[in-house]
Amino acid sequence: MHRTGELYGHFKTPGQQREAASLGMWVFLITEIMFFGGIFLTYAINRSMYPDIFAEASRELNVRMGGINTAVLIASSFTMAMAVWASQTGKKKQLTLFLILTLILGSVFLGVKYFEYAEKFHHHLVPGRNFQFPGDVGSRAHAQLFFSLYFGMTGLHALHMIVGAGLLLWLVKESLRGRYTPQYNTPVELVGLYWHFVDIIWIYLFPLLYLIDRH
Amino acid sequence: MQSQLPLFPEQASNFAGSIDALMFYILVTAVFFAVTVTLVVLYFAVKFRRTDEKEIGTPIHGSTTLEVAWTILPLILALVMFAWGASIYVNYRQPPADTLDIYVIGKQWMWKLQQPDGRREINELHIPVNRNVKLIMASEDVIHDFFVPAFRVKMDVVPGRYTTLWFRPTKTGRYHFFCSQYCGTNHAIMGGWVTVMEPADYAAWLSGEQADINPAAAGEKLFAQFACSSCHLLTGKGRGPSLMGVYGSKVLLADGSTVLADEAYIRESILNPKAKIVAGYQPLMPTFQGQVSEDQILSLTAYIKSLQVQTAPAAPAAAAPDTGKK
Amino acid sequence: MNATATKPEAFPEKHYVNAEYGIRSWLLTTDHKRIALLYLVSVTGFFFIGGIFAALIRIHLLTPAGYLVTPETYNKLFTMHGVAMIFFFLIPAIPAVLGNFLIPLMIGAKDLAFPRINLLSWYLYMIGGGLVLFSFLSGGLDTGWTFYTPLSSVYSNSAVAPAVLGIFINGFSSILTGLNFLVTIHTMRAPGMTWFRMPMFVWTHYATSIIMILGTPVVATTLALAGMERLFHLGFFNPALGGDPVLFQHLFWFYSHPAVYIMILPAMGVISEIITTFARKPLFGYKVMTAASLAIAVVGFLVWTHHMFVAGQSTYAALAFSLLTMLVAVPSAVKTFNWTATMYKGSVSYDTPMLYAFGFIGLFLIGGLTGLFLGTLGTDIHIHDTMFVVAHFHYIMVGGAVFGYMGGLHLWWPKISGRMYPEFVARISAIVLFVGFNMTFFPQFVMGYIGMPRRYHTYPPEFQVLNVLSTAGASILAIGYIVPIFYLLWSIRHGAIAGRNPWPSTGLEWQTASPPPTENFAVTPEVTWEAYDFDNRPDLGLARAADRGHK
Repeated sequence: MHRTGELYGHFKTPGQQREAASLGMWVFLITEIMFFGGIFLTYAINRSMYPDIFAEASRELNVRMGGINTAVLIASSFTMAMAVWASQTGKKKQLTLFLILTLILGSVFLGVKYFEYAEKFHHHLVPGRNFQFPGDVGSRAHAQLFFSLYFGMTGLHALHMIVGAGLLLWLVKESLRGRYTPQYNTPVELVGLYWHFVDIIWIYLFPLLYLIDRH
Repeated sequence: MQSQLPLFPEQASNFAGSIDALMFYILVTAVFFAVTVTLVVLYFAVKFRRTDEKEIGTPIHGSTTLEVAWTILPLILALVMFAWGASIYVNYRQPPADTLDIYVIGKQWMWKLQQPDGRREINELHIPVNRNVKLIMASEDVIHDFFVPAFRVKMDVVPGRYTTLWFRPTKTGRYHFFCSQYCGTNHAIMGGWVTVMEPADYAAWLSGEQADINPAAAGEKLFAQFACSSCHLLTGKGRGPSLMGVYGSKVLLADGSTVLADEAYIRESILNPKAKIVAGYQPLMPTFQGQVSEDQILSLTAYIKSLQVQTAPAAPAAAAPDTGKK
Repeated sequence: MNATATKPEAFPEKHYVNAEYGIRSWLLTTDHKRIALLYLVSVTGFFFIGGIFAALIRIHLLTPAGYLVTPETYNKLFTMHGVAMIFFFLIPAIPAVLGNFLIPLMIGAKDLAFPRINLLSWYLYMIGGGLVLFSFLSGGLDTGWTFYTPLSSVYSNSAVAPAVLGIFINGFSSILTGLNFLVTIHTMRAPGMTWFRMPMFVWTHYATSIIMILGTPVVATTLALAGMERLFHLGFFNPALGGDPVLFQHLFWFYSHPAVYIMILPAMGVISEIITTFARKPLFGYKVMTAASLAIAVVGFLVWTHHMFVAGQSTYAALAFSLLTMLVAVPSAVKTFNWTATMYKGSVSYDTPMLYAFGFIGLFLIGGLTGLFLGTLGTDIHIHDTMFVVAHFHYIMVGGAVFGYMGGLHLWWPKISGRMYPEFVARISAIVLFVGFNMTFFPQFVMGYIGMPRRYHTYPPEFQVLNVLSTAGASILAIGYIVPIFYLLWSIRHGAIAGRNPWPSTGLEWQTASPPPTENFAVTPEVTWEAYDFDNRPDLGLARAADRGHK
């Protein structure tokens, strides 16, 4: 695969390359929606079967931490959007700054998530042999279902965040080299799309998991 | 049935004839298309074979008339199949009211079957000819499937829920039944025989040996043992609703909807009581999931079914002959 | 491009195979043609692994009591046969080998849009395959390829976790392949290659890509949940812990039914190319054929619960899904009629690919028509989960997908290798495959109808005659699979030099050298003709015979 500047040899024009990359990212996000879709469906069915226990179990989650994380992620989406704007307008310093800010906010999210998980661990709310929940055998099983879904969904989301943070690190490194210009900024734009997607997933997760019983 | 190369299984139930008739219709359609297309392909292959290395075919790009025709014709034939098949299926999914109820439990790798009077069998089922039979089935472990080829019926047996299967045997004899949903190591030997008998022979068979304890009577004991009776007073003044006459009735729920109290509803109410709260009662009942076995749920269900207004309450022995005809 | 089929051409000096040497040049290649060869070798490997399991199954079933192995081993054999064949042969075979090789050539591109992702797909396939082989060797797998819960998640004692992880990872190989094809077809077409000038092969791969993109992620989630359920004793699908085993079936079949179309649609594309090439005619009803391909891909997503008519789902759901199943039968029927009509007034030859196409039409007809018995609610009650189903899907998957794959491999072998395969042996072997296949699987329809459930290691004696017939057929079938390996390998050195367009055919892939150079085309081609337009292609050196005797 030889490359002339930023143009790979199998493309005819930079426009074609950009179009392919951008379509590729959109299609990838569609596969992500289907990927999360299966687990959201599992959640929906289980919650409709055991609405009361799900509400009860949901109260064990820390809304304050969840709320803070929601705000942090929305802010990171904003800084990411600013980074894309900076790359398109050729503001190289601002680009680096906004990418680093986004990275910091993403790390804050993951840090808060770590403390939340640790808290669940202490309260014996991690599914498995040590899982404890007040009530009879059935309630315990159904609450465990809730927490399995909680860890499954937020864990998968966190995994996406970690991948996103890795991508941001790479962007920071390349932007320090001044690689992104108004003519070539596809990577910034595409990582931006990905980052917004991961945020949107959280925007669904937060009410579905934390706010079941708080209205 | 034991001939060396059988092409047709015996027809021994009310469904066998109608399912075979539909099979025949689809078979005729299928053979017609398969033979016609094959002959046309062969004819074209010979008639238009290449005679000169350099020649090409006549450029024909399509024919709207033809394409519309051969879109619509298969569509119509397929819709006939659908409608015909649907009518059989709806009948198969709706058991009639007057069935002989057999309780079936599948477990790796055996079938436990129980007659209405409590007679238990393993991998054997005795039923009278020309009588509607309903199997109420549950699984203790994985998914199984009860399949009687001579009756042309099968139904999955799914852990965590009841499924039902009904049929009316029309011919006496002994017929294989199989487990037809793969269930692990000995899936292939998880089967047995259905013996269809003349009603008189069936009655004789039933009275032939000491029957096991009647499931309704067993259920009554469990009803006390699990302390169900401390809330579900038959007078209707307990913390839980009275279960007298509840089976087969429409129950009004707290959310304003109604539900038919069938076996599945009773089962759900035992295992997941908060799913459907009866209007006027609090969601106090704990779940019994993991505490009652499938056998015990069947017995409890049989007892609750026996609580009908016309029979004397708490007299399951007297109610027993009726249980099959609810 | 002034190639004519008559003048003998020299073998090109430089082409994609000898462009670079050494193991690194293969393992780190981003050339879609080399990656296709990597896949060719690996899917062939899995095919023969799956084939050995199949042979053992058939030998075991010679006697009612079971001839060869214990019940545990038998259950592992059919499970591993299914897993190897479905996930590691049928799903990747045509797309990842032929599609990979041909799509850029057919649309006049230098490569797929994402060459490195293409290589990543192959590595994911190999890692997934490695994990699955590890599961086979470390205790085997006995859940059935369908992994129904709670059998797979709680009760099975076999190596489920590595297998599930392997299939999960392999799923991403499939997703990325679909993504790559879709973007390539959208953005990489040569000037003049409009949507409706694309070969049907490209269209069917477009439809296949849609299924890979929308379906595969769902089965990935599902298997991940089932795997976690097994490892951590969770209860998503385990009724003892409040889960619902039927939910697993819904999620599983949401992918796994469309997956059938991942296997058959590319084969339909191959057959369209073969019939037009060897009848030397435009495809009858080209636009209807494209519409039918897309319709199959879309409606194929709306029929999944027809695998669950007797699983206790609601009657209304069953009615709706049976109706939709009938609808998806129609585009398949239309395709069959259009292929037949394409031969009308053609110039039909009997080269090996065409024999496979004849075989495909016949077997796909039987496979499709027997699907009607299963899609119809009344009859499915009886034949669901019997050997009838086994026969039905083997007619679709072997009679359809494998015949398409074999036909395509022969059609494009001159392009891939630059050499002709030996025609006579190839024809004989195609006929042997056809006969052996029918002998193996036709008796299984009858077996199922008279009541033999599937996945039985032992059976009542009334089924024996049919089982013996089936096993006899399988031994003939095996010959039809093994012989091509030998003559194709032989032809790489000793076959006649093919030249760029030996048949000749109209596609862009035939405009470049055989084997093609790394960059596919010396000059990006410009397309000025419609697909399969033999009549306006003087460059092919063919002409309409004005006075054909039989017209």
